[in-house]
Amino acid sequence: MPTAGTLLPSRHLLAIEDLSPVEITALLDLGEQYVALNREVSKKRDTLRGRTLINLFFESSTRTQSSFELAGKRLGADVMNMSVGTSSVKKGETLIDTAMTLNAMHPDLLVVRHQDSGAVSLLARKVDCSVINAGDGSHEHPTQGLLDALTIRRRLGRIQGLTVAICGDILHSRVARSNINLLQKMGARVRLVAPKTLLPNSIARLGPDIFHRMEEGLDGADVVMMLRLQQERMDGSFLPSTREFYRFYGLDADRLALAKPGAFVMHPGPMNRGVEIDSAVADDVQRSLIQEQVEMGVAIRMAVLDALSRNIKNVSKGLMV
Amino acid sequence: MSRIAFTNARLVDPETGLDQPGALLVEDGRIADHGPRLFNDAAPAHAEIVDCGGRVLAPGLIDLKVSTGEPGDEHRETIASAGRAAASGGVTTICVQPDTDPPLDDPALIEFVARAPCAVRVLPMGALTQGLRGEAMSEMGLMAASGAVAFSDGDKSIANTRVMRRALSYAATFDFLVAVHAEDPFLAEGGAMNEGETATRLGIPGIPAAAEAIIVERDLRLAEITGARLHFAQISTAAALAAIEAARARGVAVTCAVSTAHMALNELDVGTYLTFRKLTPPLRSESDRLAMIDGVVSGAIDAVVSSHDPQAPDTKRLPFAQAAFGGAGLETLLPVALLPFHNGDASLAAALKPVTSAPARILRLADGSGTLAKGARADLVLFDPGIPRTIRREDLLSRAKNTPFDGLNFQGAVWRTYAAGLLAHKI
Repeated sequence: MPTAGTLLPSRHLLAIEDLSPVEITALLDLGEQYVALNREVSKKRDTLRGRTLINLFFESSTRTQSSFELAGKRLGADVMNMSVGTSSVKKGETLIDTAMTLNAMHPDLLVVRHQDSGAVSLLARKVDCSVINAGDGSHEHPTQGLLDALTIRRRLGRIQGLTVAICGDILHSRVARSNINLLQKMGARVRLVAPKTLLPNSIARLGPDIFHRMEEGLDGADVVMMLRLQQERMDGSFLPSTREFYRFYGLDADRLALAKPGAFVMHPGPMNRGVEIDSAVADDVQRSLIQEQVEMGVAIRMAVLDALSRNIKNVSKGLMV
Repeated sequence: MSRIAFTNARLVDPETGLDQPGALLVEDGRIADHGPRLFNDAAPAHAEIVDCGGRVLAPGLIDLKVSTGEPGDEHRETIASAGRAAASGGVTTICVQPDTDPPLDDPALIEFVARAPCAVRVLPMGALTQGLRGEAMSEMGLMAASGAVAFSDGDKSIANTRVMRRALSYAATFDFLVAVHAEDPFLAEGGAMNEGETATRLGIPGIPAAAEAIIVERDLRLAEITGARLHFAQISTAAALAAIEAARARGVAVTCAVSTAHMALNELDVGTYLTFRKLTPPLRSESDRLAMIDGVVSGAIDAVVSSHDPQAPDTKRLPFAQAAFGGAGLETLLPVALLPFHNGDASLAAALKPVTSAPARILRLADGSGTLAKGARADLVLFDPGIPRTIRREDLLSRAKNTPFDGLNFQGAVWRTYAAGLLAHKI
């Protein structure tokens, strides 16, 4: 099914910032094909047959890691999961040591999540294989941005001209940065809604409109994207309490009614029910795209793996016999 | 009597503004004489003749802010390796910081550092508080008697205002110089680069410019009520400079310095998480950088320092937030200090002042170093100001290669360095 020819200029996918609208559209189009494939009975392809994919997660994750694992397996790759608890990182090995060690095992694709911004690009400079950023610190999470875009495009038919409100902990969120980048590149209007303690300095310079009240930020929005609030931010350092946050920034049916009629709700997961989002909204099949985001996640990751694997030289490094 | 006759030189004395062709005579480690017609009749007998070939002959550079790894982290840099790096950069006096391991908070440690073998003069700064903990003041008087030229808590600001007041007050009793790294520790905690658009885009926690101005304002007020001689070891923001100038207008005796990195680079140079450009204070906005250059040219900023902070690869080859702060700088002090000269904003003598006579005055050095005065200690540098060069980390003599200027082009190359009349470096 996938057509031949390269889609991306680089062998890595590190940030939405590096992608052009044309490349984003190509990835979404390819993702669309994999959505269809994933709904068939026989899902297996051999696009990545013989390739090795390593999931290297320095920060624990359930959905992103399993999504990449499934994507790799459906494309026929050999998939190995490495998490920090089972690696030598805990024995004092540095990130670069780990990278060099893995590199010596000749993987073709390395999917990396790390708690520090820039760590994945540092690692990418030290290895020969393709590296996919599965989230680095508060920097970027490009496949989340792409899967959100695919979800929106499938439901609303376009991204251009839409108004998307991103609400909650913008400060610590890599999802927010990837989405701000991607949605603006594709012609959407982005609004950020958060208390000042959860907004990074100079964020308005990146282009979005800033709101501090949900009532104003949601007014007329096509999509409301909620972000996960980490428990450790709610102990008085960034916010006074969970209940105060929910009172002013939680999404419930009343607040959602302020958005455009029929506006959709998104959340990258995992959700804190009753903190940033009310269960009634999260589970409303008419409005919530949260389950669909998970489905799009597998499809878009298959598209990314496929696109990047086309940039891997298909030449044997040659055992001389 | 040992004699060196420097002929065919371009004599530059930042103290007097002298800049003319001439010759200079060194006798027994001191400058005996100099002038345009010094050896017109005959070269002195029994003297080593150095034909300078028209190169600049100026006082050796005095660097007020140098860290080595000795004692405690010799793999980063020893005093001896810092000395080689200094001499090759035309630096003849290095003022070493007390934040070593153990910290220099004891007279015996001051003596150890002051006596360490080194190609150039080493002047230690003592810790302002015991163990650099910012709690109890150190034995400043005893350390001064052992050779400490100033007191500082290194790259830490004292968080407790009352402790700082008492330390300044006690230092003022003996008219000691107190050097301050101005950064509010609570506001800066966890930050890794300048707060602003670039940090937001990179997802790096920021250190606001206000963290510097807050401590500068606070310590200026404390200097005002204690009468202490205050020196800001390294400022980086227009706001801090404005606060210093306002305090000077009120009559507060205060001096300040800027590092070469903050004259030549801004926050955008962090680029794709370049840890060699992770510095403290962080590289700031372009408008702050321009304010630093203006301050150096106008004299509002007294001194230019290398802020030499050698780091081994294991502390720099890390994700940006985890990497150590600091850049190697001794070998690039001269070419960066020459930027205002090459940009046409300052004469050669004026451009050299912040690295020679001005730091000598801040330290109140009584031996004439930092000048070409007769009788002055013969710390001298001979250099070609116009030679273009690309800074390459592998060319550095310093044990650490973490220069923030790697790959950048500057002008100015040292030909020879003399420390107290002895040849310390030549190419």
